[in-house]
Amino acid sequence: MPPKKKSHAAVEVDDVGMEVDAVSEDDSEEEARRKTKNRRAKAQRKPKRVSDDEEEEEEEDEAPKRKARKKKRKPQDSDEEEDEEDNRSVKSKSSKASRKKAAKEESDEESEDDKKKKKNGGKAVSKKGKEEQNDKKKGNAKGSGGKNKGGEKDKKKKNGNSSSSSDDDEESMSEGEMAALKEEVEEKKKLIATLRNKPWRMQRRLIQLKEAQEFVEKFEGALGKGKGRKWYAYKVMMTKKLIKFKRDFENFKTACIPWERKIKEVESHFGSSVASYFIFLRWMYGLNLVLFGFMFGLVVLPEILMGLPYGSLPRKTVPREEQATAMDYAVLFDFNGYCKYSFLFYGFYNSDRMIGVLKFRLPLSYLLVGVGIFGYSLMVVIRTMARNANEGGDGAEEGQFTFSWKMFTSWDYLIGNPETADNKYASITTSFKESIVDEQENQKDENIHLRRFLRVLANFLILCSLGGSGFLIYFVVKRSQDFAERDNDELSWFEKNEVEFVMSLLGLVCPPLFETIAELEDYHPRIALKWQLGRIFALFLGNLYTFLFALFDEVTAKLEKEKSIKNETIWALNAYYANYSSFYNTTDVPPPDVHPADVIRGPCWETGVGIEFVKLIVSDMQVTYLTILIGDFVRAVIVRFLNYCWCWDLEAGFPSYGEFDISGNVLGLIFNQGMIWMGAFYAPGLVGLNVLRLLTSMYYQCWAVMSCNVPHERVFKASRSNNFYMGLLLLVLFLSLLPVVYTIMTLPPSFDCGPFSGQEKMYDVVMETIENDLPSFIGNIFTYATNPGLIMPAVLLMVLAIYYLNAVSKGYQQANLDLKRKMQMARDEEKNRRNNKDSTNQVMKDLEALLPNKSLIPPPTEEDELEVPDVVVEKSSKSPKIKPGAVANGKGVNLQKEVSLAASNPRGPVTRAPGPRGGNARGPQPGPEKGRGRSAR
Amino acid sequence: MGNKQTIFTDEQLDAYQCFFYCRLHGRYHELAPHLVPMDYTNDPECKLPLALIVNMPELKENPFRNRIVESFSEDGMGNLSFNEFVDMFSVLSEMAPRELKAIYAFKIYDFNVDNYLCKEDLEKTLNKLTKEELTPEEVELVCEKSIEEADLDGDNKLSFADFENMITRAPDFLSTFHIRI
Repeated sequence: MPPKKKSHAAVEVDDVGMEVDAVSEDDSEEEARRKTKNRRAKAQRKPKRVSDDEEEEEEEDEAPKRKARKKKRKPQDSDEEEDEEDNRSVKSKSSKASRKKAAKEESDEESEDDKKKKKNGGKAVSKKGKEEQNDKKKGNAKGSGGKNKGGEKDKKKKNGNSSSSSDDDEESMSEGEMAALKEEVEEKKKLIATLRNKPWRMQRRLIQLKEAQEFVEKFEGALGKGKGRKWYAYKVMMTKKLIKFKRDFENFKTACIPWERKIKEVESHFGSSVASYFIFLRWMYGLNLVLFGFMFGLVVLPEILMGLPYGSLPRKTVPREEQATAMDYAVLFDFNGYCKYSFLFYGFYNSDRMIGVLKFRLPLSYLLVGVGIFGYSLMVVIRTMARNANEGGDGAEEGQFTFSWKMFTSWDYLIGNPETADNKYASITTSFKESIVDEQENQKDENIHLRRFLRVLANFLILCSLGGSGFLIYFVVKRSQDFAERDNDELSWFEKNEVEFVMSLLGLVCPPLFETIAELEDYHPRIALKWQLGRIFALFLGNLYTFLFALFDEVTAKLEKEKSIKNETIWALNAYYANYSSFYNTTDVPPPDVHPADVIRGPCWETGVGIEFVKLIVSDMQVTYLTILIGDFVRAVIVRFLNYCWCWDLEAGFPSYGEFDISGNVLGLIFNQGMIWMGAFYAPGLVGLNVLRLLTSMYYQCWAVMSCNVPHERVFKASRSNNFYMGLLLLVLFLSLLPVVYTIMTLPPSFDCGPFSGQEKMYDVVMETIENDLPSFIGNIFTYATNPGLIMPAVLLMVLAIYYLNAVSKGYQQANLDLKRKMQMARDEEKNRRNNKDSTNQVMKDLEALLPNKSLIPPPTEEDELEVPDVVVEKSSKSPKIKPGAVANGKGVNLQKEVSLAASNPRGPVTRAPGPRGGNARGPQPGPEKGRGRSAR
Repeated sequence: MGNKQTIFTDEQLDAYQCFFYCRLHGRYHELAPHLVPMDYTNDPECKLPLALIVNMPELKENPFRNRIVESFSEDGMGNLSFNEFVDMFSVLSEMAPRELKAIYAFKIYDFNVDNYLCKEDLEKTLNKLTKEELTPEEVELVCEKSIEEADLDGDNKLSFADFENMITRAPDFLSTFHIRI
């Protein structure tokens, strides 16, 4: 870039600018132009050589003229047009030539060379554009005159104008030129902006870009468009920054999702079905964290911080007789001893209406949290289900391009890490396998009757085994009740643990049995999983039933025991008061001075229930973890290392590696959660325990899956919405809600432990609060609200609303289906339309084949048929002479048959209507043919 | 860039933002410090062979790395000049539009360079994607299904029109066909 030239150009341009300034102060456009010219002069790094300068000069020349013509323009409009027409016709040739000369002196630039052509083209176009603009303006001014002028004529006209240099023409032209130039610059700018989008090689792009930029730089100045340059650059920069920020934020958000990487890893190797379990587990963890927050923040912490300390009350003290063993490991492990009298359980909580400086109403809070846990869980489950339902789909892909999208867009080009790449390979393979399974399922042509029969059979078998195990459970529970009445010593170990034994046996045997039977049904694995889940769920319900049954027995026993103890204590207390008053002869009796550890106390059934639940959870956890350790880890180790010295292939043969048991794990999780919901009311610490369990389970199972399991044989795509799991969870939630609400509403709380001691019913705390602490009108409202007369209509209303919403959703579903079908049809249609080869379109082919194709009832066949009648006729004509006509007739018939058979050969190319019809259609033909033949004769 | 200042003419810098350009050139230079000059004032002719470029960390793990480099090279053999190098990363950048990406994706997946994606191309693509872990029947099934899905003109291979029609509707094409450098 020679500096001299630049400065020269700059000076020149500056001069021009001044000139323009002087000339056109009244015209705002001119003003803008001048300004931008100045700017351009500064911005322009590379002034064009000859042609550019020339062009500028041209423009500058025009500028002064403009002012003068402004005033004249209007009156001369009408004349102008005529002039133009004349000019056009006369000067067309000369103008072209002159224009060429004027525009481009460098004739070599006219060559095919891209670059130069572009330049020239640009200029030429700009001029043309200018003229067009010019014309348009005129046309507008005149009304209709100028509109219908062709481009060619415009060009001529313009050239004519410029050469004739009549004042008016010059003026309007330069104004139009402005607009045209603007347009041209816009175009170039667009080119610059979209240059990236052009599939050109870089070399070509660079050239194009350079030209466009030069052009824009040169003319932009003239048009006042350049001022946004810096601003534009700034904006671009900010957009980029924003994009980057958004990306980082997304990454951050993803990084915040716990275990996302772990789960993705599992998913990539084991498929979405296994991952769905872990996602469910994570969801459960989140839910439990919230529950834990409620429980801990509103119940446990206040009691610990503000309530009375350990040892101050009988309920917070280990009884004297237990104290010796209270710290033993075995006792603690059974959640007796110190554990039993800790904040983990219901009994620990004091019944003071308010505690601490904050006057925290602990009993009320306890009840509300206990119920609120259910409310919150219900809400969350339903909300999640609704959201998942919106996401839709049961996992089957309905997209048009399942495989092609997988093929062409599944690899993430961003991956640069070998480990990630390996995972990606695995996940792509898995996802292909999933889709292949779906596809194979679609293609499966089945014997529908056999399939139906097998399915009915399988369901029958499973119902039988379910019924059998149900009866077994019932039987065993009954027996255990009998045993319970007998003395503990005369029972054998087996008789004592019969229920547990039977339950675990059923749990061990039934799921594999169901799975085996389900093979008969031959469902898609995804649907098979649902069935399996449902069946095992039914089985586990038996488990739940026995557990609750035993629990209620225990509770009723304890309630009776408690009643007697309560009477005893009351009696003892009365005796004490009576003795004291009679002995000291005073009515002011101090409370008996007994150490809290020595106080007679009831069995506190709530704590008992809580302990049962906690024990159950812990033992369940142990069993699960041990199963994984032995069933997966040890097995995998044996299979892996014993394989070197074994007589058959362990890896491929019998023991093999374990598969991840989705249904069992999911149900385990669901039932575990049910226990938590039920038990949380009696053992506030249970929720915390469960959080720990889920946390360890996540890491442990992730590890176990990745290290000891192999992917399923048929990796299938899980349904995107975990709604089946959620549905089961909802059911369990409802089931576990029942006993808790039942106890809260009907059973009397223990008299000497827990936050509700001394009350008739647990919900009395609420009543009390309403009566004492809230303004009376709220109490009134509450009474009205609980009035059956109000509740009944409310329930009715809700039922109606449900009905209505259900109907609406059904309608939407239908509409959805219809639309889907329509889309499918439209797609097929489009495909068919584009398929100009009918060979690919089976339906069209068939239709064509069904057409009565005239060209294919060809003369040759007619000849055949003509021949046949001839024979027949001959024979029949002969028959009168020869006596045995029947034989001749028979022959004739035979012949005819043969012919028709040959003609309607179904194996031949399908050229006419199908066999039987063809035969029929042809059947009557011989008749007329014959007749014709005869008449011809 | 400190002492390793790359020298471009003004036009070149005009053409692309300096930052992007210098950084890219840095990467380009890194690949073969003895081959690539720092001074770009007089358009030196230098090309890097495929083997060098494929070893960039951005491409190293990509199953289609050879195809990518080949489709951006003018000679089709994978020798990239700096301009082509820039070209490659600009197409694969976030800012490149869908149509452009589609064109180059088509070129990349077109293994036998006949401007159609035929069955062999798809098989190769699939085998590269899955590290040949699918059985031949499965590969066959997938290829057939893909062609069936996307083939609009019924010639049993995918022309660019078919490919574009399919790829423009893909939800994550833009996000996956993208390399940050």
